[in-house]
Amino acid sequence: MTPAETPAPEPATEPAITAQRVDVVLSGVPIVRRASFEIGLGQTVAVTGNNGSGKTTLMRALLGLVPHRGTVRLFGTELSRFRDWRRIGYVPQRSTILVQQATAREVVASGRLGLRRPLWPAGAADRRAVADALTRVGLADRAQAPFVRLSGGQQQRVLIARALAGEADLMIWDEPLAGVDQATQGVLADVLSDLRRQGTTVVMVLHEPGPFEPLIDRAITLADGRIVADGPFLPAAGGHEVHELPHSHFHETGLEVV
Amino acid sequence: MEWLALEFMQRALLAALITGLTAPAIGTYLVQRRLSLLGDGLGHLAVAGVGLAFLTGTAPLPLAVLVCVVGAIAIELLRELGRTSGDVGLAILFYGGLSGGLLLASLAGQGTGTLSAFLFGSLLTINAAELWIIGGLGAVVLLVCLGLLPQLFAVSADEPFARTIGLPVRVYNVLVVALAAVTVTVSMRTVGLLLVSALMVVPVATANHLVIGFRRSMLTAMGLGVIAAVSGTIGSYQFDTAPGALIVVIAIGLFALSWPVSLLLARRHAPVVELTDDQPPRSHEMTEEHPHVHSEGCGHRAVPHGGHVDYIHDGHRHAAHEGHYDEH
Repeated sequence: MTPAETPAPEPATEPAITAQRVDVVLSGVPIVRRASFEIGLGQTVAVTGNNGSGKTTLMRALLGLVPHRGTVRLFGTELSRFRDWRRIGYVPQRSTILVQQATAREVVASGRLGLRRPLWPAGAADRRAVADALTRVGLADRAQAPFVRLSGGQQQRVLIARALAGEADLMIWDEPLAGVDQATQGVLADVLSDLRRQGTTVVMVLHEPGPFEPLIDRAITLADGRIVADGPFLPAAGGHEVHELPHSHFHETGLEVV
Repeated sequence: MEWLALEFMQRALLAALITGLTAPAIGTYLVQRRLSLLGDGLGHLAVAGVGLAFLTGTAPLPLAVLVCVVGAIAIELLRELGRTSGDVGLAILFYGGLSGGLLLASLAGQGTGTLSAFLFGSLLTINAAELWIIGGLGAVVLLVCLGLLPQLFAVSADEPFARTIGLPVRVYNVLVVALAAVTVTVSMRTVGLLLVSALMVVPVATANHLVIGFRRSMLTAMGLGVIAAVSGTIGSYQFDTAPGALIVVIAIGLFALSWPVSLLLARRHAPVVELTDDQPPRSHEMTEEHPHVHSEGCGHRAVPHGGHVDYIHDGHRHAAHEGHYDEH
């Protein structure tokens, strides 16, 4: 894989994400155990693992949405002191959003709020960023459509456009390809490829890499809340049913990675 | 139109106008957050404030606002901590408010007759001092609902996302319920504490039938709220009925009318379907006799297809071609 040119937005001193011995316990059940890793600026990282292996919870812990023990730093700043949220672009799982009336454009526009002052109308730059984000995901013509009536793939693209509108440096995407058709997967791969070129750090929960495969620098694999593999992304021959990771001895424990 | 010159009618109309604008505005956020019945509960809570005012001999409106806002904030903070298991905690608080209010009022020697002016509204007896309070608080509610619309929408639509872009989610959540409490108490003289919730929910549901978009449906709901509140006030003067009840009946009437209108609109805004199999048609196959003319808004689904537009008709795709329709 050829390393993409990565003009980092700021002097590349601190990693985008530092996690040291992160534990997450929800309702007395350990969900993430002793997760330690660093994600450097400009990396594209897939987080894989079976259902219930703690991928989503780990992402939510990195964002401060669930309590954790251990250390999480974003761009070198301890999470509890981190205030520069405009640098983060989060794409949650599609099912979590609750809108009845809002148009696709209104949903995307909320991605700009980290950059806008309260009680102040949206400026020309805000409107342009929202229109650009919708164009990049190929939904410029659906801007006025109600979000709830869009197809699953279109909703996913709207949520990614919402993160794009905020012009974040670190994208955290939770299953961007879940329930998304082939054509949409191609559109999203183009978006990801642009982000790589711009030097944006992207961390995403993935079940199947699909067309993202050539764009992924690294895979972190979770099983039962623990990181069981962390290394370059190595697709197996013969499709994506099972992708072998360097630490293949873990497979002997029955922790097959799908 | 001689009633327009009557001072109490002018005050009544102004108060109704303010309720008609504010209740649907804050109600839009409550409906979005699936808290449609919160307004009803807050109304029960405000009764405790009124009862307390009777007992202490102070003006009911300011004390009711205070009690209701404090109660609303407590509910929101308990919800955030996950301590109130669904509705049970809320029910206890609300009925505690209602029974406590009734108890305090009876201790103060006031019967339910005095209290009913607040439970069902007493639009025609609003005095100038109360109108100033109603106007001032109404202005605050409108300023926040419209000025912070993008922020409050983001928080009510997707709270985790709002957190990750750095919005002060707790502040905004507390703001919404506190303003809902203010709106409920401010409306107690117009539609009454037991009916105000209807004006927070029904115009919003009506607007959701009629227009697309969060902002547009909020503005439409406010328009519908004003129509119901003002016409209900005038009607109750003309026909000597209870104004609060008439206002809510009109709001529900508008909702009932919006059903058929929304069905017509749904036909006109038939969604565009994306086709992935853009195979060219195999042969030139004409439709059978076809008197219907397809056009934008004809009621059939429009499908952009290889540089032209097909219309889906009985499971077939019809494409206009030299005065007839082809099967695509």
